[in-house]
Amino acid sequence: MSEVSVTKDAGGPESATDKLVVLDNINKHFGALHVLQDIDLTIARGEVVVVIGPSGSGKSTLCRTINRLETVDSGSITIDDKPLPEEGKELAKLRADVGMVFQSFNLFAHKTVLENVTLGQVKVRRTDKRVAEEKARTLLDRVGVGNQADKYPAQLSGGQQQRVAIARALAMDPKVMLFDEPTSALDPEMINEVLEVMQQLARDGMTMVVVTHEMGFARSAANRVVFMADGRIVEEATPEQFFSNPRSDRAKDFLSKILHH
Amino acid sequence: MNVLLDNLALFREGFLGTLWLTVVSALLAVVLGLVIAGFRVSPVPPLRIFGTLWVNVLRNTPLTLLFLVAFFVVPKVLFPGVNSFVLAVCACGFYTSSFVAEAVRSGINTVPMGQAEAARAIGMTFTQTMRIVVLPQATRTVVPPMSSIFIALTKNTAIAGAFDNVDLFNIQKTLSNDGYDIAVIFVWITLGYLIITYAINGLFRLLENRLEVAR
Repeated sequence: MSEVSVTKDAGGPESATDKLVVLDNINKHFGALHVLQDIDLTIARGEVVVVIGPSGSGKSTLCRTINRLETVDSGSITIDDKPLPEEGKELAKLRADVGMVFQSFNLFAHKTVLENVTLGQVKVRRTDKRVAEEKARTLLDRVGVGNQADKYPAQLSGGQQQRVAIARALAMDPKVMLFDEPTSALDPEMINEVLEVMQQLARDGMTMVVVTHEMGFARSAANRVVFMADGRIVEEATPEQFFSNPRSDRAKDFLSKILHH
Repeated sequence: MNVLLDNLALFREGFLGTLWLTVVSALLAVVLGLVIAGFRVSPVPPLRIFGTLWVNVLRNTPLTLLFLVAFFVVPKVLFPGVNSFVLAVCACGFYTSSFVAEAVRSGINTVPMGQAEAARAIGMTFTQTMRIVVLPQATRTVVPPMSSIFIALTKNTAIAGAFDNVDLFNIQKTLSNDGYDIAVIFVWITLGYLIITYAINGLFRLLENRLEVAR
């Protein structure tokens, strides 16, 4: 893995050589559509990488390949120096270490909020039920929905559901958290409560890959912005560099469209 | 003379025969059906192919033909000396399992994809995902078609009566040989079947109500 075209992260944290997630020359097709084209991406431990770009540029697909919810046609993905295994028990074990937050929350509809957060601990990590509940309550308090523990997901607002989903992922003590457009399905007034939780996570040193349209979050929380268009990584830079002085025409075009209205 | 009162013991034996055949076949069908439905949505291609073959072969074969195979091929080729009850249960159970599998699969398809993805994302294996997250949410959709399947099964067990099993259909032969009016015999036999099918009906209505409250 030493010949990866390492894209040096300018604003990265102290241990920039400590690679947690390495994507090497990833290609993927959906039928005739080449959604991911020669993607190289390295994410260091503790780094917050925000992936932005127009719709259909492959951002979400990229995010989902990291825990193999999408398979790739070619290229290699390693997490913590271990290559992503084939479907099976090994893959399940690895996924437990990779937290994922979805656009549509995907809380288990037939389980209470508390059960949503304990389920993975008990069934996957084999944690004692009481210990798991205690941890779940702490996490729910941390994301500000501690008083909703006994409700069902459908009884919560979108913002609350998404915060529960974050707590559910955190309960597994993940090495890295993937956020696949976590605020895209939320009412504007609920976006902030979710972003604040994510900001806090970033400050606490969690390694994060965030696909989002929230430019404010990218500006304030990201160590690095990855700009994707048409299945390629067009530009990688620090947020200051990217937003004030984008190099590529594609990025300039994109920013002019979203920042002026 | 009264057919029913004169032959109460025989009717009882026939009724219990049908009931027993139905219950054991239904249990076998549910267990197999769940496994086969799991195969059909599994990420492993050979399992998917096996599941599809199982459903298509069993569902499309006339049950009588399955009975012929079970009673005249299986004992000769594979297991000599198996009793007729076991063979009948296998024929009915395997046949019905293909219908159960399809009902379960349609239930699985009503559970949003995201539920299974979320379960896999926290590290659950395929079986855990199915057992803990998907199937419980599929149950409500699966229950109504399941009652139709079991009612059909009850009536299908009559074929077992023609293959050396004592059940409601089988005792008809004995009784008409004894000289009773065939029409009257069948009235009572029909009543026996109706008791079982209505019981299934009621049981599933109860189950449906129970599941509705739970949500």
